[in-house]
Amino acid sequence: MQTEIVGKPVPRKEGRSKVTGAARYVDDLSMPGMLYGTTVRSPVARGRIRAVTFGEGIPWDEFVVVTAKDIPGENAVALILLDQPYLAAEFVNHAEEPVLLLAHEDKHLLERARRAVTVDIEPLPAVFTLEESLAGKEIVWGEDNVFKSYLVDKGNVDEVWTQPDLLIVEGEYSTGAQEQLYIETNGVIAVANAAEGVTVWGSMQCPYYVHKALLKLFALPPERVRVVQCETGGGFGGKEEYPSMIGGHAALLSWKAGGRPVKIIYDRAEDMVATTKRHPSLTRHRTAVTREGKLVAMDIEFVVDGGAYATLSAVVLSRGTIHAAGPYTCPNVRVRSRAVATNVPPHGAFRGFGAPQSIFALERQLDKVAGAVGLSPAEFRRRNFIREGETTATGQVIREPVDMAGLLDRAFELTDYEAKRERFARENAENNSTQKRGIGFASFMHGAGFTGSGEDYLKSIVGAEADAEGRVRVLAASTEIGQGTNTIFAQLASNALGLDYDLVEMAQPDTGNVPDSGPTVASRTCMIVGKLVESAAVGLRQTLQGAGLLTDEYTQDEWREACRRYVERYGALKSFSQYKPPPGVHWDDEKYQGDAYGAYAWAVYVAEVTVDTLTYETRVDDFVAVQEVGKVVHPVLAAGQIEGGVAQAIGFTLYENVVWQDGRMINNQMTNYVMPTSADLPPIRVHFEEQPYQYGPAGGAKGIGELPMDGGAPAILNAIEQATGVRFTHVPLMPEALMRGLNEKA
Amino acid sequence: MRAYLPDYHLRAPKTLADALDVLAREPGVWRAFAGGTDLMVLLEFGALKHKNFLSIRHLPELRGIEVTPDHVVLGALTSYTEIQRDADVRREFPLLCAAARETGGIAIQNRGTLGGNVVNASPAADSPPALLVYDAELELVSASGTRHVPYDTFHTGYKQMDMRPDELLRSIRLPRTTGDLRTYYRKVGTRKAQAISKICFAAGARLATDGRIKDARIGLGSVAPTVVRCARTEDVLRDQTPDEATIKAACASLVQEIVPIDDMRSTAEYRARVAANLLADFLSTLKIDGGKSDSA
Amino acid sequence: MSDGAIKVDVRCTVNGATHTLRVRPMARLLDVLREDLHLTGTKEGCGEGECGACSVLIDGELVNSCLVPVLQVEGAEIKTIEGVAAGAELHAVQQAFIECGGAQCGICTPGMVLAAVSLLAHTPQPTDADIRHGLAGNLCRCTGYMKIFDAVVRACERAGVKA
Ligand SMILES: Cc1cc2nc3c(=O)[nH]c(=O)nc-3n(C[C@H](O)[C@H](O)[C@H](O)COP(=O)(O)OP(=O)(O)OC[C@H]3O[C@@H](n4cnc5c(N)ncnc54)[C@H](O)[C@@H]3O)c2cc1C
Ligand code: FES
Ligand code: FES
Repeated sequence: MQTEIVGKPVPRKEGRSKVTGAARYVDDLSMPGMLYGTTVRSPVARGRIRAVTFGEGIPWDEFVVVTAKDIPGENAVALILLDQPYLAAEFVNHAEEPVLLLAHEDKHLLERARRAVTVDIEPLPAVFTLEESLAGKEIVWGEDNVFKSYLVDKGNVDEVWTQPDLLIVEGEYSTGAQEQLYIETNGVIAVANAAEGVTVWGSMQCPYYVHKALLKLFALPPERVRVVQCETGGGFGGKEEYPSMIGGHAALLSWKAGGRPVKIIYDRAEDMVATTKRHPSLTRHRTAVTREGKLVAMDIEFVVDGGAYATLSAVVLSRGTIHAAGPYTCPNVRVRSRAVATNVPPHGAFRGFGAPQSIFALERQLDKVAGAVGLSPAEFRRRNFIREGETTATGQVIREPVDMAGLLDRAFELTDYEAKRERFARENAENNSTQKRGIGFASFMHGAGFTGSGEDYLKSIVGAEADAEGRVRVLAASTEIGQGTNTIFAQLASNALGLDYDLVEMAQPDTGNVPDSGPTVASRTCMIVGKLVESAAVGLRQTLQGAGLLTDEYTQDEWREACRRYVERYGALKSFSQYKPPPGVHWDDEKYQGDAYGAYAWAVYVAEVTVDTLTYETRVDDFVAVQEVGKVVHPVLAAGQIEGGVAQAIGFTLYENVVWQDGRMINNQMTNYVMPTSADLPPIRVHFEEQPYQYGPAGGAKGIGELPMDGGAPAILNAIEQATGVRFTHVPLMPEALMRGLNEKA
Repeated sequence: MRAYLPDYHLRAPKTLADALDVLAREPGVWRAFAGGTDLMVLLEFGALKHKNFLSIRHLPELRGIEVTPDHVVLGALTSYTEIQRDADVRREFPLLCAAARETGGIAIQNRGTLGGNVVNASPAADSPPALLVYDAELELVSASGTRHVPYDTFHTGYKQMDMRPDELLRSIRLPRTTGDLRTYYRKVGTRKAQAISKICFAAGARLATDGRIKDARIGLGSVAPTVVRCARTEDVLRDQTPDEATIKAACASLVQEIVPIDDMRSTAEYRARVAANLLADFLSTLKIDGGKSDSA
Repeated sequence: MSDGAIKVDVRCTVNGATHTLRVRPMARLLDVLREDLHLTGTKEGCGEGECGACSVLIDGELVNSCLVPVLQVEGAEIKTIEGVAAGAELHAVQQAFIECGGAQCGICTPGMVLAAVSLLAHTPQPTDADIRHGLAGNLCRCTGYMKIFDAVVRACERAGVKA
């Protein structure tokens, strides 16, 4: 029996509950005796706390008040370093840093109380941009403001610059912060007391991250802390680390309140002003090419603004660093990168994780280099695309067939790129229309799974269990955040066992009940964890076969019967599977060399734009995304991932501008931070090429979640360059900046 | 919700007379609450300073679109959806329809009212530039009677207007003299829907048979503390042929006449430049096709 | 004077059932639905009228329930996401959302479904432009909207779409 479920658009597992409103998100839950919690935050970016005063007219004795002194364990959010406090005790390092927590059963009174607390802070000098931080205007973190630096060094770039007959092209590129803007804001409910330990329910991507953080915060052993993911209304990286903060806050309030449940739900303004965003970045390129257009050297400096605390900046930087040189063969590559501190709320994970920033710079730079050599952007890339057997910047030998040129051809065919490029050039020059057209593209790759040895350290585990009726449950901490985890895992397990899709379900991610399958990040869920789902499922079958209850070939009824007899005889039927690296994978953390990722997805994206020279607004008219992602497990979900990522990339490029004032986001409302509506986006046309990855699940799936965030910005700016003749180097490219660029050209 | 809800009062007087009576007896204490699409946003942010409101949504005297021989009279409660659905308004006042269609999204258009847009007095509001072009007149009612105020003189400063605390806006009257008006509307707000204008430009012109401009009207939003009718630039255009020299002179005048600012949404430079570009674009449509109406 | 603290009676119909609600007049309809009536399918994404996650139908018209003070629904007929399906039978729009991948994280979905239902009630054969315009007050961060457009098209291909 073979159900052939992989590659089929089976209905989303939780689809029905989502379309009927039955799905329960954390704010939909309520508990008897529940209090509401809120956070009093720093009004200034950097300083020393002088006093906290509680204003008149509030019945303060009715409130639960928590300060840093109330913390039972360590006052640090455990992630990579322990530099970020849960509550500032003496110093604050960014605006909106949490200082004090309040809880009350009346949320209206709670808000009034929050406003009645004054935190008096003696201001200290602060740095607000990565340029200021690099210049050492003020040292605000460690000895030199640097959280982390990397060096990727291949060949020897320094020997190249003096060689004869080479063209040297320089460029500088930058990207702004971007808000994740999941439509469900951060929220949790916690129940915590000394007798029962700590339980947190919430909107999150990584229950075990929260678990780890709570252990430290409360100095409790693992079994006394439980973290449960509720239905989660989007994450995109924004709920990777922050739930550890808000979850800890609610738990601290509950602990102080003797175990009464405490709910904290941020409103939109608080979520935007206080939580993480995409790291702003600055990239400098120096590229050497032969007159024939072969890359000889790429010298790249890549800097990201990490905000006030280390959080995940080191790993964001790592991914950005490794992707900085793209899918090209170049004998000499140097990438020097740094994540630096500023006094703004910590920047964090957001789809793409550093790669969109460095890829933006590279793909803009390569159009510039192509122009300098006198080649079309496409021809220049064709001459340099990486091929099977060649090495990346980190020295990774590409062992899978890769055909970037083929993807380029396909993308051009779908968009009629060459003809349009030619036509737009002619029309823009000829007519004096106020509407200028352009078409551009970007080619890029995205590594799936954790960088380097990350998966080795994680050693993720997935379980599967079958009950007496033969129903299979997958036990994993990987979360469904809209991207389709529930559905894909059920497909993979049912495919592995030859059972109906309906017979498999996912257990709710609950650290009390599921093993640590690692965080739901880094495009790793399908490729890495999915593979473990398959082998855990297969483990069930092997157990039944080992017990002599099942033969090699079986029907679904025989499966059910075998399960019934097994459970009767031996009790629970469970199987676990743990990550093992594929053979021959090596990574050197010191030298930053080796196999950076198990597999890459490869892509070429094409954007067509119209620039209105009356209003300086850009409209994307058409967008084609062609990618090779290994086996596509679910065509509708996969296309949905790409479309959603492209939409976010278009927002990143043309709409979404975080406006800062003294280290604080001041346009922290949905009306002033503008994401694209349904009326703004072009048709997004998605095409997959499938080149099965031998160690991926279901005959070769790779990761796709982050990929679509990478190509939009450079493709669109390359198109705008055709439309306007102006070489823009910063995103978001707002109409005001486009106007300035056109004025300077005129 | 950042407001302390128990501080806020909302009552629904049974009739218009009751409402006016309350407003007269306690002047300044009560304010109108129509669709709430401006007021509720302030409430959410804890920024609604006024505390006492009279809901007027259910008052029939403030509803409906009435067509008389000389005017189309829009009740203050007319929603953006009702504006778009009304055939007379669509035919005779396309600028207003365009503004309504580009206001918020469908849910805002269903709930937000024209009267609320006027009295909220935001310089970035999208219908007022159209109302200015159409020479709208406001009908204000109070317990002591009715007043008519030309819309052009209604806004007297940032959020200041010629309206007493005991008055309600009852209707907006548009003279039916738009037959040969060539019109142009452009809202610039980065995204296509749910956008607050960075610039809102509405214009109309009549041409003489020799192609000269008999009468030009320009209404602009987001370029001054109030929405503005650009009378000086209109004077520059009067009796001129819309040629390059005229366009240049008019644009020069316009950027002198407006006083845009830098804020978190845009810059003064951008606003001035785009306003001038749109004026030039409008005038060039008069030139090229002899004045067929444009985007509205 | 502090009658804002004083609750009043508001009578309305929600998903066909009549209620007399004892509420503060300025309370948001959104909160009354979620907290007093436990109809948590209506979501809050912004509280400022921008996202549409709180969309409901009032007397057949799409409205953001975060912007409606409950006093103003006196005598009104309200439909929330919980009232869209006919018992166990999904509305054509809901069915199409499942089939076409119109819901990812699902937080925008209740509002989006109501916006689509309302669109089709007014414009049974919408063009692509109609769909884009009709849904523009409902933000979705996951899908990029394409699968939502597909779902609307599929729903109106099926007969019998009614609000
Ligand atoms: C998401 C969103 C998008 C929006 N988009 C736009 C847009 O694109 N363009 C735009 O211009 N606006 C927009 N607005 C603002 C708002 O919708 C409009 O200004 C609307 O017309 C206000 O009408 P209302 O009835 O809802 O006003 P309310 O909020 O009820 O009242 C606004 C003000 O007017 C007063 N008032 C109302 N009616 C009367 C009356 N008859 N007599 C005396 N005073 C009165 C009130 O006291 C109050 O001060 C948007 C709002 C939101 C939330
Ligand atoms: S919550 Fe009402 S529109 Fe966003
Ligand atoms: S499905 Fe997540 S916001 Fe729309």
